[in-house]
Amino acid sequence: MKVLVAVKRVIDPYVRVRVAEDGTGVITKNAKMAMNPFDEIALEQAIRLKEAGLVSEIILVSIGEHAGQETLRKGLAMGADRAIHVETDATFQPIQIAHILKQIADEEKPMLALLGKQTIDGDHNQTGQMLAALLDWPQATFISELTLTATTATACREIDGGLETIEVDLPAVVTADLRLNEPRYASLPSIMKAKSKPLVTRSLSEFPAAQIEHIKVLAVSAPAERKPGVRVDSVEALMDKLKNEAQVI
Amino acid sequence: MRVLVIAEHSQETCFSATDHAVTAAKQLTSDVDILIAGEGCKKAAERAATLEGVTQVLLADHGCYQHQFAESLSKLILTLAPEYDYFIAAATQFGKNLMPRVAALLNVAQLSDVVAIESADIFVRPLYAGNALEQVQLLDAKKVLTIRATAFSATNHGITPAPIKQIDTQIDWNKTRFIRQTLSPCERPDLTTARIIVSGGRGLQSQENFQLVERLADILGAAVGASRAAVDAGFAPNDYQVGQTGKVVAPQLYIAVGISGAIQHIAGMKDSKVIVAINQDPDATIFSYADYGLVGDLFEILPKLITALQNQ
Ligand SMILES: Cc1cc2nc3c(=O)[nH]c(=O)nc-3n(C[C@H](O)[C@H](O)[C@H](O)COP(=O)(O)OP(=O)(O)OC[C@H]3O[C@@H](n4cnc5c(N)ncnc54)[C@H](O)[C@@H]3O)c2cc1C
Ligand SMILES: Nc1ncnc2c1ncn2[C@@H]1O[C@H](COP(=O)(O)O)[C@@H](O)[C@H]1O
Repeated sequence: MKVLVAVKRVIDPYVRVRVAEDGTGVITKNAKMAMNPFDEIALEQAIRLKEAGLVSEIILVSIGEHAGQETLRKGLAMGADRAIHVETDATFQPIQIAHILKQIADEEKPMLALLGKQTIDGDHNQTGQMLAALLDWPQATFISELTLTATTATACREIDGGLETIEVDLPAVVTADLRLNEPRYASLPSIMKAKSKPLVTRSLSEFPAAQIEHIKVLAVSAPAERKPGVRVDSVEALMDKLKNEAQVI
Repeated sequence: MRVLVIAEHSQETCFSATDHAVTAAKQLTSDVDILIAGEGCKKAAERAATLEGVTQVLLADHGCYQHQFAESLSKLILTLAPEYDYFIAAATQFGKNLMPRVAALLNVAQLSDVVAIESADIFVRPLYAGNALEQVQLLDAKKVLTIRATAFSATNHGITPAPIKQIDTQIDWNKTRFIRQTLSPCERPDLTTARIIVSGGRGLQSQENFQLVERLADILGAAVGASRAAVDAGFAPNDYQVGQTGKVVAPQLYIAVGISGAIQHIAGMKDSKVIVAINQDPDATIFSYADYGLVGDLFEILPKLITALQNQ
């Protein structure tokens, strides 16, 4: 079966992000970029399914600026078979991304769409659920375990009070949480090999449903900073502060 | 203007996350309905009906909603949609699983983790693990939001209950099947509403040692939280995780023990009123967020703190 994996290029999770002074956004110039960590996990899972003989082809999709191709090349080096890049400099809402992914899913007919549970720039946690709704497929979100048969997927989901295991019929959308797996590093030979794997660029104009404007960003600001605290030198001093100054115990 | 709040419940009772969602809804309009969909959830509906200022509770009580799957709930909400302008749930795993599906069926955007409602169509939400706040205008006619519970106080429960209206719509969906749930025992206060939280990190070294954090929490009547590293290492269950990808909390007192203060952890607790950090590394990032920092070995400090609290 074919699997679609959606990956986004984001600012590296360990970079300290700063807000631009003019209020238009965060400073991305020269920032170290990375594949969204959850998407890397989704891709790793797809590769493991392929290695187990359950998946025949892994198709990567990324929507975003030209440099997103680097992220796709990285994914190809990890083990994906081919990549589709929908190039745009615009920032899209999850509903727009979901429409693009839906159209690609209609064309490619995968049995599984694997996404990250959330992007670490927008922190939306929406696209997988929206894609599932648009396709009328079942969804298994925030998963930390996955087993696959030819017709079903069984997933363990991280829910509010603990864990939930569900079974869904394929085709389905699955979104990866952090504990699903540890992604691999691409080896040097596979990085070389990835250069010749197919990567097609598609124009945004091919995706009319994604062009509706849904939100307008009015301003981006930095959150209020906390007042600097103090060091205490003993348990007694801490107890005293908590009781008498902060009055919280 | 009418708002439909989607309640989060265990059939038996309505969770406090909903009390916060109702507060957000009331900032938009006084016409707030609550939807309870489940099976055998009349008690939860009765509980929701006592929330002050609620117009009515819609009760969809049927086997097809037993496991509250997003697939069937979103279709149910779509049938109710013509009557409402806003659809609001708390940004819990439940709300995050469901609301994007609702938004997609309506072909509108959804805003996640809203922390402020500035007008009928202008909202504020965090980005980049809370390193930035974005003020956005929603252009869609129907607006779907999840709200961050810590940013809105809880609506009180009063004595005169709102009317409960039965909804008979059934949605057939058999492509998703429930297998099992493993819930963490909940004898401690709920993380998201606790007044005090004690959180442990990798510094605790083992599941056994993590009991030190639990003992301190129990003396304080506190909830227990954990860093991702502590959860990954198996010291604590997944639903204890605080942070960008775990729970967002804002208690009166947050005590971070053996936690370094990675930005992803800070994202989940930096709005706590008072933060205490206990860490042996004087340069640990957590100290820049702490009101009170105590540098030292947690294996010496925690037992002393536990004894001191017991003796008071
Ligand atoms: C996409 C993404 C999402 C993430 N989401 C989250 C999230 O939601 N929540 C989260 O917490 N993390 C999250 N993380 C992980 C995060 O980046 C950190 O790795 C994690 O928070 C570290 O946990 P820690 O502080 O317990 O461990 P460490 O960073 O290893 O810190 C352990 C600390 O314990 C101290 N210590 C050790 N021994 C002692 C002792 N005897 N006495 C006192 N102090 C001691 C050390 O000095 C150190 O500061 C995420 C990461 C990524 C990439
Ligand atoms: N621009 C994009 N290109 C490809 N996939 C994306 C894009 N944005 C989001 N996704 C996918 O959707 C998931 C959830 O993203 P979000 O809803 O933005 O938090 C991500 O983890 C990706 O798998």
